Amino acid sequence: MQRIFKILFFLLILNTNFANSISAENTSKLLTTDWSFKGPFGKFDRASLQRGYQVYNEVCASCHSLKYVSYRNLSEKGGPEFSVKEAKAIAASFEITDGPNQDGEMFTRPAKLSDKFVMPYSNEEEAKSANGGAYPPDMSVLVKARAGGADYIYSVLLGYVDPPENIKLDDGVYYNKYMYGNKIKMPKQLSDGLVEYSDGTNATEEQMAKDVTSFLMWTAEPHLEQRHKTGFRAIVYLIILTVLVYFSMKKIWSRVETNV
Amino acid sequence: MSDHNYTPSSKFGKWFNDRLPLLTLANHLTDYPTPKNLNYWWTFGGILTFCLITQIITGLVLAMHYIAHADLAFSSVEHIMRDVNYGWLIRYIHANGASMFFLAVYIHIFRSLFYGSYKAPREIIWILGIMIYLLMMAAAFMGYVLPWGQMSFWGATVITNLFSAIPLVGESITTWLWGGYSVDNPTLTRFFTLHYLIPFLILGLVVLHIWALHVPGNNNPVGIDIQKPSKDTVPFHPYIVIKDLFALLLFMIVFAFFVFYSPNILGHADNYIEANPLVTPAHIVPEWYLLPFYAILRSIPDKLLGVVAMLSAIFILAALPWLDTSKVRSAVFRPLYKQFYWILVIDVLILGYVGAMPAEGLYLLIARVATAYYFLHFLLILPILGKIEKTTPLPLSITSPVLGGSADLAMAKNTDVRKEKL
Repeated sequence: MQRIFKILFFLLILNTNFANSISAENTSKLLTTDWSFKGPFGKFDRASLQRGYQVYNEVCASCHSLKYVSYRNLSEKGGPEFSVKEAKAIAASFEITDGPNQDGEMFTRPAKLSDKFVMPYSNEEEAKSANGGAYPPDMSVLVKARAGGADYIYSVLLGYVDPPENIKLDDGVYYNKYMYGNKIKMPKQLSDGLVEYSDGTNATEEQMAKDVTSFLMWTAEPHLEQRHKTGFRAIVYLIILTVLVYFSMKKIWSRVETNV
Repeated sequence: MSDHNYTPSSKFGKWFNDRLPLLTLANHLTDYPTPKNLNYWWTFGGILTFCLITQIITGLVLAMHYIAHADLAFSSVEHIMRDVNYGWLIRYIHANGASMFFLAVYIHIFRSLFYGSYKAPREIIWILGIMIYLLMMAAAFMGYVLPWGQMSFWGATVITNLFSAIPLVGESITTWLWGGYSVDNPTLTRFFTLHYLIPFLILGLVVLHIWALHVPGNNNPVGIDIQKPSKDTVPFHPYIVIKDLFALLLFMIVFAFFVFYSPNILGHADNYIEANPLVTPAHIVPEWYLLPFYAILRSIPDKLLGVVAMLSAIFILAALPWLDTSKVRSAVFRPLYKQFYWILVIDVLILGYVGAMPAEGLYLLIARVATAYYFLHFLLILPILGKIEKTTPLPLSITSPVLGGSADLAMAKNTDVRKEKL
């Protein structure tokens, strides 16, 4: 019995240490902040997600798409939780191409809740040609697509420093302390006061980086809160059941003089 | 076995059982005499059955929403994660379930290695097990391709390219496997089809595996033959059922931790980037459970020989019952084998570690030494060990503490065991 608990314990340690060892592969140790969504009871900070959406919309959205996210998601539980009215207003502020209509022609109309986020470019080639040959990746699952996750995105946003003297950078290439290979084609985006938060929060660089990264964590894992909540219930249920089964087992095996 | 004389009590039961002896089977399964000294390492058979069924059920649901097309696969997985009710749960159970399945199967295999469960008369059980393990690897590999992320695509490219190492026909075989001149939509659709098929082949083999097990009965930690039924055994139900259930629940707690609190930790971040044939990831690594074999493959400088070595590393296990010449099953009574067993465990862990690292410098050297040792263990150490090792005395039965038993089958059967039914 003791052995089993030792193994279980070992597995749990392994489980928690794995993430650290992966992120340790990076060139510099990643920056981090007090993410509200970390840990088994982690939840998103609604206000931060709403501000994060504002940063995405005003800063990132001109190049980066969110093609797997719909406007309706903005008002859904566990996300930024805009009211349905607000989400509708956000959707309506974008024009999308629909059709063909009865005359066989394409037309534009304001976006609806059921529409996916409007993409900044109509295709990858257009995106590349507008960005010096680099393709601004879709950000829907970006946080999960990078080792280091939220910390990595946060670090890259804040990682623009002057390059060391021995490094020569081409035109349109920037030095970033945390980017793989330290070279990035995206110029530094955030600067203090770039966005005027509607809730009055002071828009420092760190604040904006934190908000937009939280928002991207949500777009990558929209059911994170439900997962944490269901997980807690499932595990408590399993533990209670395990204890009950353990005592039943002891009772049954007491008829034989062998220990279990 | 007593269940051959089983007669159902009801008239209808008797009528039915005479035509299809399902009740006899059920009676056999509940009465099945099991050694009462089985430890918790023996619970992984039941856990593995649970894993297989979990994978089949969650896989069935995923297949209802997944689209096997190179342009749509990635977004259909995102659709499952976002829009399908509890799709995230089903997919995370399925993805982590594969890892849990392999975790359990490795424990199951190493338990067998420690207690000599592959030895006579259980060779067929063992070989069926190796076949199941091979099919599991094929299923897992193809399943990993289906989300059509970067690791899916490049993993598929690396593994299918191995076939091109076959002399003369290699290139043609690879083209035939791909259904084209590179990994593309035809590859994806056939992998999906095979990924759907293989679990049912595994299920069939599992039935044979259990059937073959029920002929000689379970091995046990002491590794001696025992009378069945006797005071050394307990009926499968309720004793083993409740114990297996308890172990399964502990396993499910670990499983749940992965699914709910770190569902992506065992996967690779690159697989959340949609497959792109024009961009090769910096390191192409398989899932953790294939890493030891990947290390063996890369440790050989020649491609063909590398593939041969990798396949031999798996197939050599099938010959194990004949490579191990010792008549004593359990490592408990084999002081030397016990040490070599643990060295092998460490060797495989090292192979797994270097398999995840770039194949260069010190890592490559370590991989080569570990690969050489792996084969040395099976081809040289085991055959010799059986001849020279002085084993400690075996007990006469599980219950009697008296030592002096023999590995000799005939002698073991003559031991004084009262035929007492529990």
